[in-house]
Amino acid sequence: MAFLIGENMTGGYGGADILHDCTIGVEKGEIAVIVGPNGAGKSTGMKAIFGMLDIHTGRVMMDGQDITKLSPQARVNLGMGFVPQTSNVFTSMTVEENLEMGAFIRTDDISDTKEQVFDLFPILREKRNQPAGELSGGQRQQVAVGRALMTKPKVLMLDEPTAGVSPIVMDELFDRIIEIAKSGVAVLMVEQNAKQALNIADKGYVLVQGSNKYTDTGEALLANPDVRKAFLGG
Amino acid sequence: MMDTLSSNRSVILFSIMGLLLVSVGIYQSWSLALTILNFCLISAVMSLGVNIQWGFAGLFNAGVMGSAALGGVAAVLISSQPVPEAIAAGGGGILAGIATLIVIIAICYFVFKKMRDHRDLSYMIIGIIAFIGYLLVRSIFDPATGAIELVDAARTGFLGGLGLPIILSWFVGGLFAAAGAWVIGKIALGLRSDYLAIATLGISEIIVAFLKNEDWLTRGVKNVTGLPRPVPYEVTLQKSPFYQGIADSMGFTIIEFSSIFVKLCYTGLFLAVLILVYVLSEKALQSPWGRMMRAIRDNEISANAMGKNIKARHLQVFVLGSAVVGIAGAMLTTIDGQFTPSSYQPLRFTFLIWVMVIVGGSGNNLGAILGAFIVWFTWNQAPEIGNWLMGVVTSGMAEDSALRIHLLASASQMRLITMGLILLLVLRFSPRGLIPENNR
Amino acid sequence: MDILNSLVLLANYIFVPGLTYGCQLALGALGITLVYGILRFSNFAHGETMSFGAMFSILFMWLFQSWGISIAPLPTVLIALPFGILCTIAWVLFCDKAIYKFYRTKKAPPVIFLIASTGLMFLMAGVIRFIIGPRDQTVSDGARFIMRAREFKEMTGLDEGLAIKTSQAITVIATIIIVTLLFWFLNKTLTGKSMRAYSDNEDLALLSGINPDRVVMYAWVITAIIATVAGTLYGLDKSYKPFTFLQLLLPIFAAAIVGGIGNPLGAVVGGFVIAFSEITVTYAYKKFYAYLTPESWHSDGLLQLLSTDYKFAVSFVILVVVLLIKPTGIFKGQSL
Repeated sequence: MAFLIGENMTGGYGGADILHDCTIGVEKGEIAVIVGPNGAGKSTGMKAIFGMLDIHTGRVMMDGQDITKLSPQARVNLGMGFVPQTSNVFTSMTVEENLEMGAFIRTDDISDTKEQVFDLFPILREKRNQPAGELSGGQRQQVAVGRALMTKPKVLMLDEPTAGVSPIVMDELFDRIIEIAKSGVAVLMVEQNAKQALNIADKGYVLVQGSNKYTDTGEALLANPDVRKAFLGG
Repeated sequence: MMDTLSSNRSVILFSIMGLLLVSVGIYQSWSLALTILNFCLISAVMSLGVNIQWGFAGLFNAGVMGSAALGGVAAVLISSQPVPEAIAAGGGGILAGIATLIVIIAICYFVFKKMRDHRDLSYMIIGIIAFIGYLLVRSIFDPATGAIELVDAARTGFLGGLGLPIILSWFVGGLFAAAGAWVIGKIALGLRSDYLAIATLGISEIIVAFLKNEDWLTRGVKNVTGLPRPVPYEVTLQKSPFYQGIADSMGFTIIEFSSIFVKLCYTGLFLAVLILVYVLSEKALQSPWGRMMRAIRDNEISANAMGKNIKARHLQVFVLGSAVVGIAGAMLTTIDGQFTPSSYQPLRFTFLIWVMVIVGGSGNNLGAILGAFIVWFTWNQAPEIGNWLMGVVTSGMAEDSALRIHLLASASQMRLITMGLILLLVLRFSPRGLIPENNR
Repeated sequence: MDILNSLVLLANYIFVPGLTYGCQLALGALGITLVYGILRFSNFAHGETMSFGAMFSILFMWLFQSWGISIAPLPTVLIALPFGILCTIAWVLFCDKAIYKFYRTKKAPPVIFLIASTGLMFLMAGVIRFIIGPRDQTVSDGARFIMRAREFKEMTGLDEGLAIKTSQAITVIATIIIVTLLFWFLNKTLTGKSMRAYSDNEDLALLSGINPDRVVMYAWVITAIIATVAGTLYGLDKSYKPFTFLQLLLPIFAAAIVGGIGNPLGAVVGGFVIAFSEITVTYAYKKFYAYLTPESWHSDGLLQLLSTDYKFAVSFVILVVVLLIKPTGIFKGQSL
């Protein structure tokens, strides 16, 4: 069984179900990417794993433990890090304060982790005393990812981290994400830019209308002509 | 089903209210019961006005006091006798001052419109014009007001009014308040709800400060007393053998009877106004206009998306509601027979009316009326109840116990505490009020 | 010499009172801004909270006076202040639990909070008048002046005097201490930063494991401390009257909004903007003008822009102008 897995999840935000028997999992040190058309329930699937909506059928397991009933906060304590798609930084606080807030639940010394984040995103070290709201879009995303890394999570979940950033910044961000995965973290992300994302993915999930349509390695999905035709623009 | 239920409820609640008033009549005095009833009626009109703003449209107006005071000043300006000496002394100057003021405002507005592309610069220019204009107006106004205030300062010292029947002022009071609300609305509507509350609170304070300090207009804190009545005077009745006969046949003394009769006259007038406002308000609420207002209240975003001009609609309700409060304000000054600017306190004139609306049921006109009755009755009787309560609490204490003396002396503060508790409890446990708005 | 005299005149009638009043408004506005930043509503009961704190300080002051405790030349109320603060903290925490918590869990719109705070305002106004009575209470004892106008005249040989009351000095010093501590707390401690984070982005704060109940509790505790100090200092400077606190609400809100509601630095700056505008606009410049111009220019007028009765109209006009031109205030508001 995968390190983190949402199995047969069915549920929604109280109204009609958005997810239907959907399964998403990721291993330590790997990158799993959820792709699919607009409204396919990509973000919803990830939020379900993070506990931000109710699933009435199915379960979420992490490291062999059933965490289906836990609140998002409790999941953070267990080692999940989540980067929302929008408003994912404290705009009025400095970069460094953002990182400190990311580590709020930790009681031990956080300076090492902070250094690791700064090593990963050198620009943040340079701008450590600037309010995050004054940074560019790409830099903000780095702060957001850095904030989530401060708890030293076992799983990092990213909701469309490259939304609204330029292709160059996107490539760089993906490089960093690969680096993060290599350090042993399980990375699960939702992406609009399906082609580029599947390129770096160990595992890909193509969702359509809240259900798994195709599940395979990133490479295989990119090679699959059906997937290419329907979701990757040929 | 729903309708009969809620109308049954209204009948029961209003009957209880009626019984309470009757019991005051029996156990205290009929004259007092009628006084309370009259003030209940006035409060009910005010509360209908606030309900138009809050219940229909969701606008939090913390400036009720200002509208009521504008209504009050209308009573003075309509009904008191003109003071020819004062008008001769300063009337011209006042007119010239007002004319200058209008010209300056027009210039500022013109600059504002013409200089759309240079906002910062236009603000600066407007600031300078306003400052110079202010000094200019003051230089015209000050000698005039000074002269007016010198005219027989002990008795008049103000311009006086038009000497017309005071009942006319109810209408004019509504107009004054509407005009005031239009200006306030132009400035403050469209702000976030709490900013609107603070802005209106502030403007109402300024209105009252103006009435308190501009002696040439209102005699300020010297008050205008002896305003003419729309109903007969007790003394006149007491001299009439006709009324003497009626009093005898009903077993009242003539003094008692005349007082009750006069109050009943007021009751009739106030009741007529209340019914008129209520009927119009109900009609408005059930008209397409009222439905649209509630749609805007319940979902501003989607109403906006449907292309409704929310700000213009809000301005309409704001002006209408304030006008109704202004009418009530004029009625209040009428029954008081005097205008005392220092009596306008926000607790009594703004927040108390709010308690009435919330307690009665926001959005429901009958509820607003019931709320006004209950809250005014409680406000009036709370000191009595407080005294009684303190009497019971302190009955075991020694005569000269300092605590006992303090408790008895503080009993009258019970009304504020009671009001606060009522508001908090209703808001918490029955947030839609005693007679909730039914979903038509 | 005349120039010096005129400057002393301004210092005595504008600068010193303006500074004191500005401190009082700044402290009041800080309370409004803290509640707004964390709980996101305009707290109409804040004036009464100040009054409530001041009342408890006075009650303890009477107790200490009856025991013969004194710290002359400083006023006795200063040692009563911590006890007043404790009572106020207990009270606001109780109110939060009994009143606001319900609406918070329900995620009620801000205007409902506002109405609830109005109810609380009534309730507290009544309780205060019930306990201490509606009349004036003198708070100040000990030395009344640090420097009397006469002493200053003798010292400098000028015609104009400069008086500094003990209460004024205490107000300014206490404000400096409180504001410094508050900014240190918000910017340097983890708890303070977590409050700023919560105020900035509630959802992300929750994701970061910041406990909202904790943040709300701290906000009330700090508000109670500042409100008690503000109310007591105001009473010390002017004398304590229960009804003044409702009137103070307007300039305090004006200060908070002008500075940028939710922004503590804005609250302080806003306080001084409002205070100095009120005082400079309502001061009669007749004497000042007389010092600087030849005698033939003198006029009979008071040279007063606006009568002092319209003092709060000034704060209001500034408020309206700011709302119309720059609704976010001088410093961008909305978060701590």
